[in-house]
Amino acid sequence: MKRTVLYDTHLSLGAKMAPFAGWEMPIQYPAGPIEEHRLVRRSAGLFDTSHMGRFRVYGPGATQFLDKLLTARLSDLFVGFSRYSLLLREDGGILDDLFVYRLGEEEWFIVVNASNTEKNFAWFQQWASKEGTIQIEDLSFRFGMVAFQGPRALELLTQITENEKGERWTPPERFGWSWVRIGKPKGSLADRANHSDASTKVRCLVGRTGYTGEDGVEIFPPWDRTPFVWETILSSASKMGIEAGPAGLAARDSLRFEPGFALYGHELSEDITPVEASLLWACDFEKPFVGREAVSNRKEQGPKEKLATFVMEEPAVPRAGYPVTDEAGTTVGRVVTGLYAPTIDAFAGNAFVLPDLAISGKTLYIVIRGARKKARVVKRPLYKPAYRA
Amino acid sequence: MTYDPDVKYQKSHEWARKDGSLFTVGISDYAQDSLGDVVFVELPEKGKVVQKGEAFGVVESVKAASDVYAPLSGTIVEVNTKLKEDPALVNKEPFGAGWFVKIQASNPTEYDQLLSATEYEAFVKGL
Repeated sequence: MKRTVLYDTHLSLGAKMAPFAGWEMPIQYPAGPIEEHRLVRRSAGLFDTSHMGRFRVYGPGATQFLDKLLTARLSDLFVGFSRYSLLLREDGGILDDLFVYRLGEEEWFIVVNASNTEKNFAWFQQWASKEGTIQIEDLSFRFGMVAFQGPRALELLTQITENEKGERWTPPERFGWSWVRIGKPKGSLADRANHSDASTKVRCLVGRTGYTGEDGVEIFPPWDRTPFVWETILSSASKMGIEAGPAGLAARDSLRFEPGFALYGHELSEDITPVEASLLWACDFEKPFVGREAVSNRKEQGPKEKLATFVMEEPAVPRAGYPVTDEAGTTVGRVVTGLYAPTIDAFAGNAFVLPDLAISGKTLYIVIRGARKKARVVKRPLYKPAYRA
Repeated sequence: MTYDPDVKYQKSHEWARKDGSLFTVGISDYAQDSLGDVVFVELPEKGKVVQKGEAFGVVESVKAASDVYAPLSGTIVEVNTKLKEDPALVNKEPFGAGWFVKIQASNPTEYDQLLSATEYEAFVKGL
């Protein structure tokens, strides 16, 4: 079982650790997942996401190379910005969903799901070996990754962050990224003490991205300095009177569900194409990409099942794997995510169902311990991301 | 971790509090802590007859669904309807407002076979 560089930090915070995608991760802290969820919606929460995979792809032709492998168009993405994309097999099956950051004309930073890191690395390597000029570097243990999310996250971060010239950092717009130095506020005692500037400031890549539906950032410090960044954020928050605390993977799941973000292994898998997952918006059919033909064909034929978001009408907790039926009891699908959604205060979930049932207002029945419980298909998202005006 | 000394326990982590031949039943502090945030409790109808060791309800936390087992045989004469509105009572007051059901025992001597707080604590620490 792998451990992130923040493992001891989590233990000292009283986290409950559990296996996730081969990593021992904090599922929750003493506040509990529901309070952690509410904290992120109300103020700010800090997540360890260092288990995710991080690659650098560079070299002559790197942009064209990635543009062919990823469903999103990369050629028109400016240096300093990032974009969501899918990675498909030739048959349209989803290998992963990921974020690409353009570091330079021919240099890219990619963040993938923990469960797919090795698979994706091999996939990129296999395609790159045909090119000769493309380098793929696994940075998963060279950089850590933390997400600081919530309406007050940037307010705090701007107080402890400088740009590369040592000036106060102005956050980039949504999906932008920048190199920054994070440390104690300027003029603090720590600064005036005998510490050199280098030891109190850590150079990090910061992206204005996230997976919670709130404004915030994802921060990539050097692996060994990740605990420093984590502690600086939490201790500065308490000094500034900004309510903030750690949040675990359970809260991360409910926070990503409400704004309608997919989670690999649930809404996404190799058996599903972007058509079923309602992710055609992440595919640019105006350019070639691996899997395009297959996805176009599937789109034309129509999918056999589609993703539907539902809310329970009878009090009961749906869970991944539960069957979905119609009123007569005929199986029409399966639940892939089911939980208590704290912000909307309802039991809700996602299911793959027959396409004509994946329409808001339709009634579904979730089979919970042998009993059919009524649910209603609703429009996504249940929670509109704060940054989407 | 609290081990209420006024109740008796079974190894599946339910407790029973004696009041004549009527027994209030809930889950232990250790159980609620292991489960994490409770979001739903499924309880039987009043009048249901249960056997000792039989699953009579389900407690659903953010993490998972777990069966709740009767520590004594008898008839369910009362259910805690407050848990419908506020299932988090199980986390907040596992030995108090977070109780599940009251059982009219058909064989009150079953109570004597349950673990004392000290025995239960030793059992939990060995887990």
